[in-house]
Amino acid sequence: MKKNAILLSGMKDGIPIALGYLSVSFGFGITAAGLGISVLHAFIISLTNLTSAGQAQGVSIIAANGSLMEMALVQFIINIRYALMAISLSQNLDKSFTLRHRLIASYGITDEIFAVCATRKEPITPTYMYGIIAVSAAGWTLGTLLGASAGEILPVNLTAALGIMLYGMFIAIILPPAKKSLGVLLVIILSAAFSTVCKYLLPFISGGFAVIICGITAALIGALLFPVKEEKEP
Amino acid sequence: MSIALYILVMAGVTYLIRMLPFAFFQKKIKSVFIRSFLYYIPYAVLSAMTFPAIFYSTGSFITAAAGTIVALILAYFGLPLIVVAIAASLTAFGVGFLPI
Repeated sequence: MKKNAILLSGMKDGIPIALGYLSVSFGFGITAAGLGISVLHAFIISLTNLTSAGQAQGVSIIAANGSLMEMALVQFIINIRYALMAISLSQNLDKSFTLRHRLIASYGITDEIFAVCATRKEPITPTYMYGIIAVSAAGWTLGTLLGASAGEILPVNLTAALGIMLYGMFIAIILPPAKKSLGVLLVIILSAAFSTVCKYLLPFISGGFAVIICGITAALIGALLFPVKEEKEP
Repeated sequence: MSIALYILVMAGVTYLIRMLPFAFFQKKIKSVFIRSFLYYIPYAVLSAMTFPAIFYSTGSFITAAAGTIVALILAYFGLPLIVVAIAASLTAFGVGFLPI
């Protein structure tokens, strides 16, 4: 295939991802604006981070005036899954994927882009990945821009209702696998329970740290009680 | 603190997590325990982020709880992320008009 055709096929595969991102990042934009983050800053955050959970927790740390240490640790823990995906993807790269291309393309490793790339049979080329990343990132940043701006235009009761969108998406990510895996079910119930205890009984622990402590504890218990034996994609 | 600093740290950490293994990692992780832990981490983190924060996400416990219930039901039946997210929002929005 010619380079242009490969680029186009990547861009085509990016369209459904971009559409999905558009509405979710709209929710992120609303959330960010609601926390007092400017439209420009929300846009820059989306452009430079390209991730939903990390950004959602990130803006709440900014709003709460948290420390940079907390920010770094929280981003590390929330986004550690990308390291796994990166390792997995690195096993099936085309020879043309030189270090320079890896440095650039790693920017775009997200859950959805990983899922599409990982399920391809042929080795992944930089051109293909650039296509899928460009379209997806455009959807993500455009949605953020619209959402953050809309926060100033839309009626308050509507933007308030849109604040639940990101969380709705998180539920849609964690619940279906829990139907098939006892381990995942246990982990999400434990983690939610720990987090609730932190919020009401240990309020001096800041939100970001609470997420880390609860998440790590629940995942450790899950790994001890229900080790994942076969090769599963994260 | 300057928001630019926050964004720099956020973006820097997020990029390094993706870049370092993608550019330099060659081996496979063999430890079942570590693999399991890494497998569970995203679910654990997302769950801790969602609960109980979701109940405060709309400014009203009642509308948020209604949206949460709808999200749980639709997600249980495996509907796409976007459908679940939008349905939760619409539910919260609609319940906001009820005289309760």
